Formats: sequence, structure tokens, C-alpha cells
Amino acid sequence: MSSYTYRHYEYRKPPELDGARARRPVVIVGAGMAGPTLALALAQRGVPSVILDEDDTVSIGSRSICQAKHSLETWDRFDVASRMVEKGITWEQGELYLHDKPVFRFNLQPEPGHKFPAFVNLQQYYVEEYLFERCLAEPMIEMRFRNKVVGVTPGPDGVTVEVETPDGRYALETDWLVACDGVRSTVRHLMDLPYPGEVFHDRFLISDIRLLSELPKERRFWFYPPFHPTNSVLLHRQADNVLRVDFQLGPDADPEEEKKPENIDRRLRQMFGPEARWEHEWTSVYTFTCRMMERFVHGRVIFAGDAAHVVSPFGARGGNGAIADVDNLAWKLAMVLAKTAPVSLLDSYCSERRAAARENILNSTRSTDFITPKFAASRAFRDATLSLARDFPFARALINSGRLSVPTVQPDSPLDTPDGDIDWLRGPGPGRAILDAPVGRDGSGWLIDRLGPGFTLLTFGDTDVPVGDLPSGVGCIRIAGDGLARQRYDGRPGTTYLIRPDRYVAARWRRFDAATIAVAIRRATGNG
Amino acid sequence: MADITTGALRRTLNLARPDDVYNAIVDAHRDLSDEQCRAFDARLILLLANHVGDEAVLREALRAARETMEES
Ligand SMILES: Cc1cc2nc3c(=O)[nH]c(=O)nc-3n(C[C@H](O)[C@H](O)[C@H](O)COP(=O)(O)OP(=O)(O)OC[C@H]3O[C@@H](n4cnc5c(N)ncnc54)[C@H](O)[C@@H]3O)c2cc1C
Repeated sequence: MSSYTYRHYEYRKPPELDGARARRPVVIVGAGMAGPTLALALAQRGVPSVILDEDDTVSIGSRSICQAKHSLETWDRFDVASRMVEKGITWEQGELYLHDKPVFRFNLQPEPGHKFPAFVNLQQYYVEEYLFERCLAEPMIEMRFRNKVVGVTPGPDGVTVEVETPDGRYALETDWLVACDGVRSTVRHLMDLPYPGEVFHDRFLISDIRLLSELPKERRFWFYPPFHPTNSVLLHRQADNVLRVDFQLGPDADPEEEKKPENIDRRLRQMFGPEARWEHEWTSVYTFTCRMMERFVHGRVIFAGDAAHVVSPFGARGGNGAIADVDNLAWKLAMVLAKTAPVSLLDSYCSERRAAARENILNSTRSTDFITPKFAASRAFRDATLSLARDFPFARALINSGRLSVPTVQPDSPLDTPDGDIDWLRGPGPGRAILDAPVGRDGSGWLIDRLGPGFTLLTFGDTDVPVGDLPSGVGCIRIAGDGLARQRYDGRPGTTYLIRPDRYVAARWRRFDAATIAVAIRRATGNG
Repeated sequence: MADITTGALRRTLNLARPDDVYNAIVDAHRDLSDEQCRAFDARLILLLANHVGDEAVLREALRAARETMEES
């Protein structure tokens, strides 16, 4: 069926079953997208972890295929992102159709001057495979497959986890438990925590096929096409000549009937014409929900990724949101464990990432409402937008088939220092993700490559800054001359940005002043 | 990007030939079913909204339209 060969990762009998007892600093439940990324980000900061997963392989089905720039930048720190870009598809063009007619073409040409494109299409099983390989090569990470969490006993300064394996059950003690165990999170259920949100009733059919004849080169979106006249269809290219065809079925569809290969084939035949040949890779009928936990941190138990919040698939915010969560969490947890920051620093993980989840849910709900209007007037505006789009370019911008996942804004975070200077023309302010740019004498390096695992000061101008006065462990990058970096950051001489370990801006000034910077760093680490 | 100004919705006459414009709008709906009227109005609103461009004006107009409905 699938052209991807699912490898089964080796299960080993856990030492605890032979009587070993060792308390761990961090135990992670779930080896999906979030869990392994968190483990790698912790290892980079010297924190060892154990990952428990009930399964012994990667994601079944392609699931998250659209990997956004910010996630690639995170994975690049573990040297896996270039591999993903090489294997995946960097989209450039697409076309939107209404009935049988093309309405307009779009070009998602990446903006030049960034190491990574806005997104790369790559099946989730490849992403996980590359992450798993990297984790297995990392001595600080222990991956335990076929280790299913069945019990959680939270204590005041740690958690006891009950784990089931093919060889029996054992208990694992840990200072911190991070639940990255997906939308049906066992940990959340065991702790009886609510997961409030909204349920959507429209059904969608995902059909992944491998085309054996010529491939359409672009992404396509159809509203009311002749081969599926009542609804919309989305076509995405993935690695290995695989296409994802996403059919909106409406709320009353019979999933079993729709999933039958002959019914799928009939539609595909109309789409691709009499000459096309294909094989089925993966078929799934889904509905979705938008939910968010009220708190992501419950004592020593922390929730991340789909376990903490879940959105509709439009806009690729599920997997990418999960990666942003653990990027935000890793440095904070490492500092708390090293006792260089108070435990309360983790409150900002909850407030910042809840704000991000709200923004993601808002965006994906808007896309959902555009694709599946919920009342007559909503449908009338949607259809009006589509029919105006051919002749009125403004209407193209209103067509919302999923807004590309970009880093969320974290406004008013207690960790950030608001702008004091008011003459900023450009550049990411506090609470915004940094922008990559070419740096170095010949412009051949990238800003993101120069950032270490800690805080970084980015300064502009031709004179050296007195770095000696800075707290230890803070990196410093000075950009001289006139280039893209200077433009993107409105980097007049003296301009200084304080960049957090998760590549968000914590503060910025027009003048380098070591004492002011030290205050901002204390604030950004919860020591203020 | 649109200018975002405040309290900007015009409440006094801004049309040189109000009767002509009013009747042009009404006449454009002639012979349309209710459903077609809705489709027509949606197009018209989107075209005009983009032309106005000022989000504050639009939001004020949305509020005004809704509030005057509740009064009647
Ligand atoms: C059809 C579809 C399309 C999607 N498309 C996109 C997209 O284009 N872009 C995007 O960004 N996102 C997309 N998503 C969402 C994306 O797949 C998820 O958001 C992402 O996988 C979340 O990662 P995670 O690590 O939080 O959870 P998961 O990847 O679900 O990982 C959870 C892990 O926990 C393990 N686990 C669960 N319970 C236990 C237990 N009791 N003990 C031990 N281990 C356990 C599971 O085995 C699993 O490996 C899509 C999802 C679907 C279903």
C-alpha cells in the first residue's frame, strides 16, 4: 500500500524492570513531532531526557505535510533541516479554480535572503524518521519504544509515571513530565483535565496517492469542480511523487462509503484524466476540533503540542505550533533545572503559548469558515469573493484556504521589555520572531546560524561594543555596513536587539547600554 | 495599508445626486430573487469595502447598520 517503508525501532527491556532505580530530570511522553524536538533542544542545553512512546514506529500516514520556516529553523539547530528541504518539495506556484475554470495563479516564491523557504512539503513520517535518527545518535536522549504510559502520580516536586511494556510494568520517577502525547493525550485523561473547545461537523477525505504518470507541478485548490461539484478539493504535492488530495465531504457523508477505493478512483479519474496511473498510499476520513487546555503547566506536569491545543488542519498550524511550543519550553525548563531561573519562568510558557494557540485557532477557524461556511450569508460572501477574484485582484487576498503558518506574536509577555525608543521604522519588536538575513563579510552566512542556545545580542555599527560588561553566556553578533540585515532590523549604528533562545525579540534599543541590557535579561529569564 | 482613523463614518449627505444613486442601487436588484439579491449585495459590499479601505469606517458602518436594525 504505502511506498514508505515503516521501520520498527528496537524495543529494549527497560533497566527498571531489572531493579534499577534512577530519578530523571525530564521524562517526555510521546515520540511524535513535539517529543523528539524537545529532547534534542534539551540535550543541546545539557539536559538529558527519556522519551516514552507506546508505538515503535513513525507517524502512520503523511498527516502534517507542511513544515513551516520557523520549524525548519528550529530543526536546523540539530542539523536535520537541510535533509528535510532536500527530500521535500518547496512550493512555488499554484492555481485556484472555480467550477471548471482557473480563477488566478499564485506564486509563493520565497523571499530571497533567508536560509529557509516559507515552507517545505514533507510527510510527517519523514520528519519523524529524521528526528528519531538524530535522537538515537544523541547520548543524552533515551528513546523507549513500546513503553506506554498508563499511570501518572504527580507530587510536589516530581512525578511518578507508570509504564507498560511487553515485559511488564514499571515505575519511573522524574522531576518534570512533559506530555507530548497527542490530541488524545493519556496524561491529560489520567489527570482528568478538561479540554474545552469547538467541534466541527464537516467531514473531509484525505487520499494520498502516488502518481505513476506525470505529476501536476503545482498546488491546486478547487471550489465546486466538475469532479466534486458540491464542495472543495485541495491538491498538495509531497515527496516521492505523492499527492495529497483533500476532498471536503460535507457533514452528512458516509465515511465508509467515501473511503471505498472505487469511489475515490472515480473522482481521481475525473481529476487527472484517462491517461493517469496511480497507487493508493493512505486514506483517511476526518473531522476536527479546535480545543485548548486552560493551563499548560500543572505543577510538575507540562503539556505541549496537540496534547495542549488542537486546531483544524487548514494553515498547517498543528505540527508547526507543536514545534514552537517546545522551542519556547526547552530553554526555560533547562534554566529552571540549572537553577538559573525560578520555577515561575514556566508560567510564561503557559501564557505565551496559550496566546499563540488562540491566534492559531482564530486563523484556522477563519479558514474553516471560508471553506465550509456555516450560514447562508457566510456562503454568499464566500461565493461572491470567489467570483470577483478573476477580475478584481483585491478579492484574491480574501480567499482563505488556509493562511500559511508564520510565527505567532506574543504580545505583552512579562518576559519582554516594551520599546522605549519610538523611532523604529521596521524590524521585529518585542514579542515578535526574529527575521533571518544574510550576514558575514561576503554575505554567505546566515543570521540564524550565528545564534547559540542562549541569549544573543544583535548589534549594528562599525564599532565594537563593550561585551565584557555583559552577563556570561550571552552571545554577541555585530553587523557592520549596509546590508539586508541592517534594513530588516532598521539597524542604524548603535541599534541593539536582545534575542531570546527561541529566536524571539525580548527587547531592543537605539543605544548599547550594558546595565539596561542586564536588567532586560533578568526580566526575560524571570529573575527581574 | 489602509489608514485607520477614528470616528470617521460620514453621517451627512455625500452624494451630488442622491435620488439617482438611490434608484440605481434599487434598480440593480430588480428581477432578482431573494437569493440572487443576497449574492449581488455580497459582491457589491466587498467591492465597496475594498474601495473605502478604511477599516475604522467599515467597522463603524457595520455597527450602524446593525444598531439601526435593532431600533426598528
Ligand atoms: C490529516 C491531518 C493533516 C495534518 N496536516 C498538518 C499540516 O500540514 N501541518 C501541520 O503543521 N500539522 C498538520 N497536522 C497536525 C499534526 O499532525 C499534529 O499537530 C502533530 O502531529 C502534533 O504533534 P505532537 O507531537 O503534539 O503529537 P503526535 O505527533 O500525535 O504524537 C503523539 C505521540 O504520543 C504517543 N502516545 C500517545 N499516547 C501515549 C501513551 N499513553 N504512552 C506513550 N506514548 C503515547 C503516540 O504514539 C505518538 O507518537 C495534520 C493532522 C492530521 C490528522
